[in-house]
Amino acid sequence: MIITFTVNGESRVANVAGDESLLTVLREQLELPGSKNACEQGECGSCSVILDGRLVTSCLVMAADCEGANVTTVEGIGGERELSAIQQALLDHGAVQCGFCTPGFVVAATHLFEHNPHPSSDEIKEALSGNICRCTGYGAILRALEGLAGEAT
Amino acid sequence: LEITRPTTLNGALDARAANPGADMLAGGTDLMVEVNFGHRNPEQVIALRRVEELADIETRRIGAAVTWARLERSEHQALAQLARTVGSPQIRALGTIGGNIGTASPAGDGLPWLAAMNAEIEVASRDRGTRRVPWNEFFTGVKRNALEPDEVIVAAILPDYVPVNQHFAKIGQRSAMVISTVAAVVARDEDGRVRVALGSVAPTPLRATRAEELIAENPEPSERVLEEFARTVSEEVRPITDHRSTEAYRRHAAGVLARRLLERCLVS
Repeated sequence: MIITFTVNGESRVANVAGDESLLTVLREQLELPGSKNACEQGECGSCSVILDGRLVTSCLVMAADCEGANVTTVEGIGGERELSAIQQALLDHGAVQCGFCTPGFVVAATHLFEHNPHPSSDEIKEALSGNICRCTGYGAILRALEGLAGEAT
Repeated sequence: LEITRPTTLNGALDARAANPGADMLAGGTDLMVEVNFGHRNPEQVIALRRVEELADIETRRIGAAVTWARLERSEHQALAQLARTVGSPQIRALGTIGGNIGTASPAGDGLPWLAAMNAEIEVASRDRGTRRVPWNEFFTGVKRNALEPDEVIVAAILPDYVPVNQHFAKIGQRSAMVISTVAAVVARDEDGRVRVALGSVAPTPLRATRAEELIAENPEPSERVLEEFARTVSEEVRPITDHRSTEAYRRHAAGVLARRLLERCLVS
């Protein structure tokens, strides 16, 4: 089945075989491997994308249901050569552990700051609660985003 | 896989009549986990997220496709409280109350609230029209409900009287992204009667009617009555031991949670 949808501002076509997830189609057909495949049950947040304005785990979205949808993945954030303010802040604070979950954090934080440019610490923690999963090293991520939240726009 | 993406309720009912038993896809937070783990391989899917009628929300009517993210701001306090505890922001942006009702998991956090409110489940089919099923007739067992293969869950319907004073709490193995070990809703009517509903402690959500009766007889309970209330709730639940908890712990926790929520109702 052919589906047509918008990914990172471009119209894309995918040939969906069956009940595979949006995550699978992004990674395996559209050459967008930034969204990571880990838990496949919505628990870890590393496959987070913005779907029609909502932050979702793309592993729980059936690709066949994405006809006409608008998707932003981590590849659609920042440019080829310049980083978004969130990416730069994470870099400046060394806010990675192994890095596997980082794309999901970038997408979740981008969604948060789009809706709330000056979130409180609690709002940041709540917005990232679907990405905080099992490892440590979250202090640097929170410090990076708190710094950004405090900056004048 | 054949997928139908209706944009109206009638379209959804047509699709369901044409393919009775087709898998219904709303937020996907239950269905896609089963698909990803190879436990289900749907051949027919009816995708519901484009059906605007199902996403309507009114004081006495909550459309089946209303997401937890929207219910976080519900005017019904315990519903808003429980919506904030479902999964993560990503899950709440997808998952719907109708999905909770359709999956009918014993651990569905929305279900004790529906039980406490005496909600009815509105379902519809193309050929047999609309019917409303009381919650205690709708939920029939573990992941079983009274939905017929040609029916679609349309809405949760609340009665005319809904208590304002209502509280939710749940216990799990950690504080976020967790399946409930015990979930509870206690609500207090203006006449002092209370409703006590529990989840994850029986095949279906249940009401602790003997505990409710105890408070009806003692609307301003003493410490002794509160202790008896907790004990009665513990006796009334029918939990099992599984990988998440034991029967004994669930009985104990159900009593503790119900008493805690009752005390919140009594001071608010």
